This record gives sequence, C-alpha cells and structure tokens, in this order.
Amino acid sequence: MLLDARDMDYTALNTMLRQESDCRIINCLGHRFLGAGMSDKRITISGIPGNALGAYLDGAEIEVFGNAQDAVGDTMNAGRIVIHGNVGDAAGYAMRGGKIFVRGDAGYRTGIHMKAYQEKNPVLVIGGRAGSFLGEYQAGGTIVVLGMHTDGRPIVSNFPGAGMHGGRMYIRSDCAGIRFPVQVQHHPAEEEDMALLRPILEEYCACFRLDPGPLLESRFTVVTPDSANPYKQMYVAN
Amino acid sequence: MKREGEIRIPSGCAIAAVISTEGRRMDGGGIIRAMIPMHERSNGLGGGFAGYGIYPEFRDFFALHLFFDDSAARKSCEQFLKDHFEIVHDEKIPTRTIPAITGEPIIRRYFVAPLKSVLAAQQVDEREYVARTVMRINSQIPGCHVFSSGKNMGCFKAVGYPEDVGRFYRLEEYGAYCWTSHGRYPTNTPGWWGGAHPFGLLDYSIVHNGEISSYDANRRYIEMFGYHCTLKTDTEVITYIMDYLLRRQGLTLEEAASVVAAPFWTTIENKSEEDKKRLTYLRSVFSSLLLTGPFSIVLGFEGGLMALNDRLKLRAMVTGRKDDRVFIASEETAIRAMEPDAEDIRYPAGGEPVIVQVKEGCF
Repeated sequence: MLLDARDMDYTALNTMLRQESDCRIINCLGHRFLGAGMSDKRITISGIPGNALGAYLDGAEIEVFGNAQDAVGDTMNAGRIVIHGNVGDAAGYAMRGGKIFVRGDAGYRTGIHMKAYQEKNPVLVIGGRAGSFLGEYQAGGTIVVLGMHTDGRPIVSNFPGAGMHGGRMYIRSDCAGIRFPVQVQHHPAEEEDMALLRPILEEYCACFRLDPGPLLESRFTVVTPDSANPYKQMYVAN
Repeated sequence: MKREGEIRIPSGCAIAAVISTEGRRMDGGGIIRAMIPMHERSNGLGGGFAGYGIYPEFRDFFALHLFFDDSAARKSCEQFLKDHFEIVHDEKIPTRTIPAITGEPIIRRYFVAPLKSVLAAQQVDEREYVARTVMRINSQIPGCHVFSSGKNMGCFKAVGYPEDVGRFYRLEEYGAYCWTSHGRYPTNTPGWWGGAHPFGLLDYSIVHNGEISSYDANRRYIEMFGYHCTLKTDTEVITYIMDYLLRRQGLTLEEAASVVAAPFWTTIENKSEEDKKRLTYLRSVFSSLLLTGPFSIVLGFEGGLMALNDRLKLRAMVTGRKDDRVFIASEETAIRAMEPDAEDIRYPAGGEPVIVQVKEGCF
C-alpha cells in the first residue's frame, strides 16, 4: 500500500498504517510516532520521519531512505529499524529488544538505558560516529560504532559508557585518546568477541549492501562494565 | 488570571531560523512553513518571529514595538516617548483578523531617535540610552510592554501557534535577510503576549527551547548591571546576558558562547594551553552567567545570528545550507519545509556555537 503523507497529519497517517499490512510512505515530513507499537508489518519511508519513529516497536520492520530525527526506537521491544541516513539524539533510548541499524552518524545519548532480559538482547549499530554519552547507563544489549564517517571527527565524543553497568559496546578504533569513565573497562576485541560480533555485522552489511570483510578484519575495542563496579551490585544483588 | 512576571513557568518549544549570507531579502512565508511540521512542539500559548533588515526606509531609527493594555496606557506611554525621543513615524502594526488569534492588545510601532540633548546630558551612547529607556517602560509604566527595540529589525509575537501568529502579522509582506521563529510550549502558563518569544533588546533577539535551572543565579547577577527581569522567564535573562556580554563587555560571539555554555572542567583540562587559559578565564570571571539545564537558542543580531546548545546538548538542533541560505531548526523537517533540497545537514555539538554572518555591506 502506498501512502502519500503530504498534507496528512501524523495521527491520520498512523491510523492508516495500523489498518494496512505492508506500507510504503512517501513525502514524509516530520510525522511523529510512525509505526509506534506495531508488530506485524513492513514499513518503508521516503522523506524525513518525525521524532519517536518506531517507539515501542514490537516486531514490525521499518526502513527509512533518508535521515531520521530524535528518539528512534524509543523503548522498542522487538523488530528491526534500518536507517539509510543519520539519526538524531537518543536513538534506541531504553531499547529492550530488536535491532536498529544506522548507515550514517548518530547524535547524543545513543543507546542510553539500553537493557536486556532473558531472550531479549537488543542490538544497535551506528555506521558513522556517535555523539557524547554513547551508551550512558547501558544495562544490557550490544552497541556497535563503525566509524565509517568521513568528516574527521572522533568516532565517539565525550563520556562514552558513563554509568554503564551491563551489556557491551564495540568501537571500531583503538580508542586512543578517548576518555572512558572509571566504571567501565575496555580491551582490544579478541576472537570470542569477534565471534559474537560477526553475525551482527553480516546482517548490518546485508541491509546496506556493504562487504563485511574489511569491517571484520578491523581492530575493535570492546567496552564492558568493570565487574568490580558498584552499579552492577546495585541492580543485581538486591 | 496571573500574568507573566507573577508566575514562573517551564517550557518546551520549537525554534527555526534562516539567514542569507548575501543579505538577500526573503519574505516571511518560508519561516512560517518551517513551523508547521513542528506544530506538536508548541501548545498554542505563544509564537513569534524576528526579522532583520525589514525597515530599510527607517534604518537609522530604533523601531520600538509596543503592546498596550488600553488607550489610557498608550496615552501615558506616548507622552513618555515624546519626552525622551524624536518620533519620526508611528503606526499600528498591520495585522490580519483570523479566528486563531484573539484577545490582542493595542499593537503599535514607533520609529525613534534619542534626543541629542538628553544623550549629551546623560553622557551615554544611544544604544545604552535606548536599553535603559526600554527597561524603564517595561518595569515602571503599567499596561505597556516594549517587545522589540532594534534598528531595522523587529519582533512579532502573540499567544497562538506560530504559523497562525505569522499570518496574523502578515509576515509575507516583509523582506528580511534573516528570520528567526519560535513556537512555545509553556506547561503552567498564563500565556501572555509579552511572554512569547523572541525576546528582544536593541537588535539582539533570542528564541529559546528549554528550561534553564540557573535562572535565579543568572538574574541576581545581571540585575546588578541595571537590567530588570520583569517577566520571570529564562529567555528574558538570556537576552540580557547576551546584551551584557556582547555590547557592554565587548566579548566576541565565541567568547560569549564559552561563558553561557562553558565546557566542563574535565573537558577544559584536555585543551591546548592557550584554550585552557582562555576558557578558565571566562568560566572564572563570568561564573554567574553559566546557564545550566537544557537549552537550544538562536541569537539574532544586526548582520547575523548565532545558534547554541547547552553543553550537554539536552535539546535538539540541526543545521543545513542551500546556496547563500543557512538554516537552523529543532528538527530537520523544519529545514526541509523551507528548502526541500537543503544540503550539508549537520548536528552541532553541545556548547559548539554556529555563527553565520551576512557579507559586510550586504545588510
């Protein structure tokens, strides 16, 4: 079903989305909450979707051929969001399942409060660079930053992993010059780390028709909470 | 109903701006369009615009825009203006009657020059004189509010959604080389016309999305220098801080940005020796002017603008460009609404000022 979003407000557009099965939206311009909570369809979007794209997503698949704005996949539970451009701030905020793949850069607070539980293990991959507070308060799941950006800025900005107490981050860099907070530890990725990363990168590359080979051969730094840190105790040993 | 100044309100919001670096005049249609996809960021309790270069025929005179509660207030204020200024022209600000905008005050503009004899007697320059006089009207003459006081520029604001406010003020009939705009989302508001953004003093205007938690510390400091914060909104105090730092202290725009959005000490530690010295100096001397809490602002001034986020970037801001035009907005969609083919979409970091100036001689 083709939906022309021009001159349509986001409530009407979301109502139509709910009634249809697979949809293609064209002329999207700032329509908010697209696909929120949806579980059973595939939505492709041309244009710029508004904030909270795929919030609470519960199994649906969303693909955007352009940039997305703030709070992509806020608290999403399952499904997949593929963004061919950049995302704004707080992508994957409190995400607890599913996958978000971004070809371009991400803003501040990417993956903040991400968590995992039993079979739910969210994955967030950024193709370019990520802003400050990447994975702040991360409690579970996997965040990957690939650094394929070309503007020469650092792959991650200030305070990556501040307050992190679960999950892991992969940063495709030796991370020299990056200041991590005291509650995380980081080490060059080893074979077992790369074995966990491989299926993620293969799926990511398939979405964007990239060759995963060179990426898999690159040097990654793995960031995890320091096991001796008090945050983990606070959340687990109560 | 309690008015602005009697109650303190937090707010969310939408901002947008466009500037032509060639000084090309653009009508207000584009900036109104920018606010439409961001409708949800406002709640109908305030919208406004600032246009620069809109009064070329009176470019050497201060354009005072005033709200009056009633004709008695107007009468007393007009007498005050006559005593302090030469008024070369005055008129009702043209508006369009639309159902979305109601309850308007009396809205007039006065093109004025300070009386030379008064300037000489008070030994102040004309900008200082106008700033002081605006403070006096707003704090001492009941029922009157000066909401714009720069040369060759003007603020236009009202209670309503910004796109309606733009139509109300017939902005399509003005040509500006720079427009800024604001949609307001005050959550506990009395919603008064004077409390809408932009806030203006002389040619400085501020549109602001956010909520600064340092308001009272900033206010106490800035009031030592003769500013009167009559409206209890954080945006008013930001406007006066910018006037103080730029006009009275003579700081550069970059320096002013490093004062209000000062980097963390841990960030300063990692800078070069020269930067470390400069940033430490600014943080120390103007420590009371650090704005804490979330904000994204656009400061307009004669010949340019500066966009700035708080150092944690707790509010959204995107920039873009097309030919001679630079766009700034809370959301990329607002930029696309002005120019579908905008290029070079960027996301400035927290505390990183985006400064755009019109070519010298073109404004």
